[in-house]
Amino acid sequence: MTQLDSIDRAIIVATQDGLPLVPRPYDAVAEQVGIAAAEVTARMVAMIEAGVIRRIGAVPNHYALGYRWNGMSVWDVADGDVAAAGAAMTALGFVSHCYQRPRLLPHWPYSLFAMVHARNQDDAELLVRRIAQALGPMNRGHRVLYSTRILKKTGLRLTT
Amino acid sequence: MDAIDRRLLDEFQHDLPLVPDPYAAIGRELGIGAAEVITRLDRLCRAGCVSRVGAVIKPGCAGASTLAAMAVPGDRLEQVAALVSEYPEVNHNYQREHRLNLWFVVTAASREDVDRVLADIRRRSGIEVLDLPMLEDFHINLGFGLQWT
Repeated sequence: MTQLDSIDRAIIVATQDGLPLVPRPYDAVAEQVGIAAAEVTARMVAMIEAGVIRRIGAVPNHYALGYRWNGMSVWDVADGDVAAAGAAMTALGFVSHCYQRPRLLPHWPYSLFAMVHARNQDDAELLVRRIAQALGPMNRGHRVLYSTRILKKTGLRLTT
Repeated sequence: MDAIDRRLLDEFQHDLPLVPDPYAAIGRELGIGAAEVITRLDRLCRAGCVSRVGAVIKPGCAGASTLAAMAVPGDRLEQVAALVSEYPEVNHNYQREHRLNLWFVVTAASREDVDRVLADIRRRSGIEVLDLPMLEDFHINLGFGLQWT
């Protein structure tokens, strides 16, 4: 993984609440960071190519758009099947985040996490069934943990 | 929200043009001016439909983070949830339906800082904190396909 230098980090900090909604937003970022606008965009292109920046765009708030059912589906998949299962999940097109995490037996047997967002519980369960179908026998057990309350939600915060 | 708002959300979750005047570039695709793009995005942000217009950073690239879970007795949930949310390093905190009923993300400059926050929460609450850091991230390329029906 490419290491970010202090200027890259300053660009991320300056843009993490969003690009300014002004005609030339990268000029505003450049002024804040203290470099030329062309360097801001060049560094952002480099961070995209390095995979540090996933994408730049409008980040939808699923909840406000009516996707009130936020389900964290968790899957017990053999370690050797995780890559294939992860690829199968992301290929479905509706999973917003898909991560492998450690299983912590006996408390927690699930190693793959896939977030689904739906307008109601029936739709959410349909999405989970579609994931189960895509995984087939790779799925040794799963469940869905719905959020009952959002207690805190802010974007990823970086400090310089 | 009209058809142009929907297109803004559908088509510009990724690939916001990295040009000096990106909102003008979007406007050319939608057949509206830069000023109208800005007005609409500002309205969508204020309405909460758009969290922000900006970069989505790959997790784990900038510092360290983990997903943590706690099994909090029902009568202590409010208190422990508030204790957890106090930390500036906690950026998401959700109550979920499970024995492990409190799930939160801790993000800090280093793994040591994450450990320090987890240990502090453990000590102050007297409740075990499961530490589930990301091992692998299966890349979602195209943002989330919204359905408007």
